[in-house]
Amino acid sequence: MRFFKTYLLPRILMYFLVIVVGVTIVFIIPRLLPIDPIQQMIGQITSTGAYLDPKTLDYMIETLKELYGLKGTLWEQYWGFWRRLLKGDFGPSYYQFPVPVISLIRQSLPWTLGLLLTTTVVSWILGNVLGALGGYFPQKSWAKILDVISMVIRPMPYYVLALSLLLLFAYLIPIFPLGGGFLIGGRISFDLRSILILLKHAFLPAMSLILIGVFLWFQAMKLVVQSVKNEDFVSYARLGGLSQSKIVSRYVMRNAMLPQITGLALSLGQIFSGALITEIVFSYPGLGTLLYNAIFTGDYNLLMGIMTMSIFVITTSILVIDLLYPIFDPRVRYR
Amino acid sequence: MRTLKDLLRDGRFRFAFTVFLVLLALSVMSFFSPYDPYRWNVVPRDLPPQWPHVLGTTSTGQDLFWLLTFAVRNSLTMSLIASMVSRVIAIIIGLTAGHKGGKTEKILMFLSDSFLIIPLLLIILMFAVMVKGRMNLLGLGLLLGVFGWAWDARVIRSQVLSLRERDFTYTAILSGSSTLAIVFKEYMPFLIPLVFATLIGNMSWAIGMEIVLAILGVLNLETPMIGTMLYWAINYQSILLGYWWWILTPVTTSVFLFIALYLMSVSISEYLDPRMRIQRIGRA
Repeated sequence: MRFFKTYLLPRILMYFLVIVVGVTIVFIIPRLLPIDPIQQMIGQITSTGAYLDPKTLDYMIETLKELYGLKGTLWEQYWGFWRRLLKGDFGPSYYQFPVPVISLIRQSLPWTLGLLLTTTVVSWILGNVLGALGGYFPQKSWAKILDVISMVIRPMPYYVLALSLLLLFAYLIPIFPLGGGFLIGGRISFDLRSILILLKHAFLPAMSLILIGVFLWFQAMKLVVQSVKNEDFVSYARLGGLSQSKIVSRYVMRNAMLPQITGLALSLGQIFSGALITEIVFSYPGLGTLLYNAIFTGDYNLLMGIMTMSIFVITTSILVIDLLYPIFDPRVRYR
Repeated sequence: MRTLKDLLRDGRFRFAFTVFLVLLALSVMSFFSPYDPYRWNVVPRDLPPQWPHVLGTTSTGQDLFWLLTFAVRNSLTMSLIASMVSRVIAIIIGLTAGHKGGKTEKILMFLSDSFLIIPLLLIILMFAVMVKGRMNLLGLGLLLGVFGWAWDARVIRSQVLSLRERDFTYTAILSGSSTLAIVFKEYMPFLIPLVFATLIGNMSWAIGMEIVLAILGVLNLETPMIGTMLYWAINYQSILLGYWWWILTPVTTSVFLFIALYLMSVSISEYLDPRMRIQRIGRA
């Protein structure tokens, strides 16, 4: 019961509050700017040379207002926005007109989630294992080499790294396709060949995300391990004659893991933005590419839909990690 | 000056500082440029690196070397505006939260937590899309500044929290100093180096954002910046056409710039306080 009150409840409350803040920002931004999306839309239509008589124009403005949720007072608009959101209704896309935004997102979300979850988990595990070893044996030459590589790769922006990988492995040494998620026009089924093609397309985008992720975790883990290493219980274990591998895995890593789990939760938000850029570089068919098209065509509805969706996805995954935390940390479990 | 001397003993800092000085020199050189960076077709097109065009020329007929000097200058100026603005916000929020405590602290930290969790790139992108092409250096700097303070406000707060518990604070309070006096006289000397270290980190974040926004084509693409240089190189298919010098120039410059800024902030914060190393964890 105390666990529920001091641990569970504040986190669930925080979850909903963050979503409210995020959605409110999404709602406010377009209304802060001195640009009228309806006038812009009308301008776009008339600039193609189509003639509209005043009556049709009025009717159109009216329907567009309805679509954008710009009717009534600000409060009414705000409630209307939430109501439609909770029903999963973001309105139609302008980029592919009558198709609702939500179904475009539904097509892209699995790609992004698949890429994001795999790369995050893989780089987290790999980075932590390497970091633990590198922190425990800092004098070994491989640890020093890893250190230098991480100094170079870590500060690189996602975009530049992704671009360099693309140049190297798709253009200079053409092993991997230049972009896309699957063969054009191909159908995805669950046989071996299909999965291989899928993996081949996902390899470079995943690689760029993993590379950056691994070294991020590597550095963080290394610092924690270096401080845990000198604590008493590790010295006792060493004096007690336990093997090196046992000390690293049972004693050092377990204790250094805890801040890393918190870090995993916090960095999910940042990684998500990175994944979007990576997708754009490799034209991977996820939310990032959808976003690019939305920007390119000035599709506000789609843009807003993607934003709200990512807020939901990120906050939910952070909540899940936070709720799993007690499994790893007995101090929280027995509080 | 003594601090600089101490810092220069660190090999990483020496390297980073040299790179940074070179980039600064480049941006100063932009004032002596023989070409207007906004004008196209002032030099022969698509020349590989050769005298007098040391870095070659672009398909838009611009000299890459002189264009680069403007790009570095503009990117640095923009990131400096952004990080100055966000420093002011971070200091105010971090100080207030750390010093006041209680409800104020809870609310302010909730605010900065939300900023950490929400995908900022998307929000900034949305702003940029809506003012498409009209975003100038100052506008972009302000926009990034308004959004880039959350993590550093947390760092400053944790520093203030520890300062608040120290003896000299109690002495000051007991001898009747006002809150403002305590903040400026007692806290500031400890906070300034910290603020400086986070400033560098924030500059690198701002330039990264600028590159992303430029690549997506939502900045004013005529302004020479590192991001817009990349944009035009990609837009003109410089890779496929074999004009490697065009894409290589901004890529190499940005890699050096990022590594320099990163190494500088790492070595400054390690110099300040070894515990800072732990605090940096989780910064993506």
